[in-house]
Amino acid sequence: MGKEVLKMRGIDKVFPGVHALQNVDFTLCEGEIHALMGENGAGKSTLIKVLTGVYTKDEGEIILNDNAVSIKSPQDAQNLGISTVYQEITLCPNLSVAENMFIGREHSTIRNWKKMNEDAGKILNELAIPAKPAQQLASCSIAVQQMVAIARAVDMDCKVLILDEPTSSLDEQEVEKLFKLMRDLKAKGVGIIFVTHFLDQVYEVCDKITVLRDGQLVGEYEIKDLPRVQLVSKMLGKELDDMSDIKSENAAYEKKANETPVFTATNLSSTEAVYPFDFHINKGEVNGFTGLLGSGRSECVRAIFGADRNLSGEKTKDGKQVKISKPIDAMKKGIAYLPEDRKVDGIVGDLSVRENIVLAYQVLKGAMHPFSKAEAYKFADEYIKLLDIKTASADTPIKSLSGGNQQKVILARWLLTHPDYLILDEPTRGIDVGTKVDIQKLVLKLASEGMAITFISSETDEMLRTCSRLIVMRDRHVVGELTGDDLNQNKIMSTIAGGESDGK
Amino acid sequence: MANNKKSGSGIFGKLIHSQIIIPLAALLLLIIFNLICDPSFFVITPKTNSAGNPVLSGYLITILDYGSELAILAIGMTLVTAASGGQDISVGATIAICGSALLRVLCGANSRPETIQAPIIVGFLVACVVGMICGAFNGILVAYFKIQPMVATLILFTAGRSIAAWINNNELPIVPDPTFAYFGGYIPGIPVPAPVFIAALCMIVIFLVLKFTTLGLYTQAVGINPSSSRLNGLNPELVKFISFVILGLCVAVAALIKTSRLSTINYSVIAKDIEMDAILAVALGGNPLSGGKFNMWASIIGAYVIQFLTTTLYKMKVSSDALSAYKAIVVIVLVVFSAPTVREWISAQFKKLSAKKEVA
Repeated sequence: MGKEVLKMRGIDKVFPGVHALQNVDFTLCEGEIHALMGENGAGKSTLIKVLTGVYTKDEGEIILNDNAVSIKSPQDAQNLGISTVYQEITLCPNLSVAENMFIGREHSTIRNWKKMNEDAGKILNELAIPAKPAQQLASCSIAVQQMVAIARAVDMDCKVLILDEPTSSLDEQEVEKLFKLMRDLKAKGVGIIFVTHFLDQVYEVCDKITVLRDGQLVGEYEIKDLPRVQLVSKMLGKELDDMSDIKSENAAYEKKANETPVFTATNLSSTEAVYPFDFHINKGEVNGFTGLLGSGRSECVRAIFGADRNLSGEKTKDGKQVKISKPIDAMKKGIAYLPEDRKVDGIVGDLSVRENIVLAYQVLKGAMHPFSKAEAYKFADEYIKLLDIKTASADTPIKSLSGGNQQKVILARWLLTHPDYLILDEPTRGIDVGTKVDIQKLVLKLASEGMAITFISSETDEMLRTCSRLIVMRDRHVVGELTGDDLNQNKIMSTIAGGESDGK
Repeated sequence: MANNKKSGSGIFGKLIHSQIIIPLAALLLLIIFNLICDPSFFVITPKTNSAGNPVLSGYLITILDYGSELAILAIGMTLVTAASGGQDISVGATIAICGSALLRVLCGANSRPETIQAPIIVGFLVACVVGMICGAFNGILVAYFKIQPMVATLILFTAGRSIAAWINNNELPIVPDPTFAYFGGYIPGIPVPAPVFIAALCMIVIFLVLKFTTLGLYTQAVGINPSSSRLNGLNPELVKFISFVILGLCVAVAALIKTSRLSTINYSVIAKDIEMDAILAVALGGNPLSGGKFNMWASIIGAYVIQFLTTTLYKMKVSSDALSAYKAIVVIVLVVFSAPTVREWISAQFKKLSAKKEVA
């Protein structure tokens, strides 16, 4: 391993009410990929932001190539060769790809558009990113936008590259591409700090792991010395109850013969270009849509909920034909939908936790029957307790909560409407391991009480743990349905890749 | 004593973080300024007006009286701002349209009738319908055609006063019935100007609407995140549309007061530039002009602050041509002080001060 390129010693950071970092050390060597792990709120993001100059540290020192440096702004960090790609896209969607790659970096006021586009095109080509330099960034998929952000960071001749959850919106092939890129950079001697929630990815690509918990350093480990179970228990600070066992904890709801399905759809398609598909779900069943990103998983459930305009298809609820053309219709029929993109479609940022929790139920009850403050507080407090939502009070704006807790609030919103059929689209994306397990357990508990649930997740093992039937999608077609013994990783992969269902 | 002080600072601390502090502080500032310059500003004296009725007179009464239209418009403007994240700049012109329609109904085709041609209530209801149609027009452009509010309302802003003139064939009808003048003046026997009561009524109505319907929650949700609101079963377009219609109704009420004050109308001058004052009231109330959360009472107080300022300047014998310039200076100061960064800095200074005091 190369020499130490970055040393952070005794970093301390206090926010009002929170001691976010306490005496944290971190060391990065040349040409290594170093995973920074911890639950939400462990201090990973704060550490990264101290390093990149977004926050100023209260105590401690940062040593870059044996020189103590002071980083006061992101610009400083960039000039020192520290580049960052954040979890959320931080580019300007209304500018072109090339502009995004070079913005804020040219030192002269005159801009050579032609050269800029050529340079950008070269880099995009090298990294095999499917985007044109002159294309407007907003017209690219989220995954491509993320890769443009990486391209921007990589191009800046960096010594330290920070990837803060870059993979959460990428599909597996794109992740592979990114990993290849990371290995190339590693070979060139770049030190990479990799922050992610995906354990698989850590073990696939990283050399070392530093674990944080509650703002404190737990330790630094070689990857081979730290098996997964131990990593998780170090992150949580407790022995993990074996996650693979949760399914058996709740007896599966017994399906009675000839029972009417809770919900069926036939020949359903929507404006978002999903090809007509049939679907049904029974009482107490947990099923799921799986497939690569962009395969049409979300579009299917959005069509069911009426979030996108339906082009064809018939739906029944409890055996009776129903017309669902917009979300309110679905809600009135007892269907709830937790959307994929929490920020855009889920939270109402400036409103309080309380208002966010009662919103859907309030809409269902009607504009002329507002809940009194007391009622709203009662609902909010009940679900804050039930789902263990960590918030200062029911009046806190939801945007100041951590991602996992925001997601719980949205979940509470829909549980409050007492649905018969609950659709969860990526409920565990970008949230910590502990909350993930909580949500999986809750799903199985609700199902055992008779609720029908459709569960979508990018993590296949999570779906295998919770679902008893998987609908496999490829290129916006349903290409297969797996139950029983077929529910395993290999079978899913082969169905996605398209073995037996080619005739369709 | 020490206890008292502590609880006091607690309330003060709460207040400084609440939104309503901004217009209240501005109001306080103006009051102090007037107290120092000339305490007689606050004197209210009973007098007899030209019609022989006993009335109260004084600058405070003037402020309450002439602030009425602005306060009523601020109600609607707050809702439009919250729901659509933009402002309606056509309110002055639509006041002209509503007022013109009102006079057309009351005076008929003849602009100098001997008696009114229809009951005042009918005229007012027609004005309300016209106001709501104008609001609906703006609302459709903004909500369904997704045109930016300022651009959409620019149409009526430009065309409104011509439409108003056209309604009465460009004549200036005069309402002969003295009861019509009550709405903008005094009701015999009551010494407080009638517009004050009309404004109070509007406030009570909006208070009840906000309390007994979910309008407040829906407008804020739609203003903050329309996409999420839709998935929660709301119809964001409808909510935006309704906010414009409500503003249209407010405009009609303001038009009633404005035309009643003169018993006639001047198409090019009536309610001139009032849209900017209405928007300013919303801003002074600390409401983000980009939409989302709102505080109705802060906006209403903001409206009276503007009127207070105008009246103060008049009293200082500032000529009406120079008025806007002085107003602009004061507005700049107020807006800078209400900016979040400045407020944070101020509250930090207060903390330091109180910490020092405790040490001492």
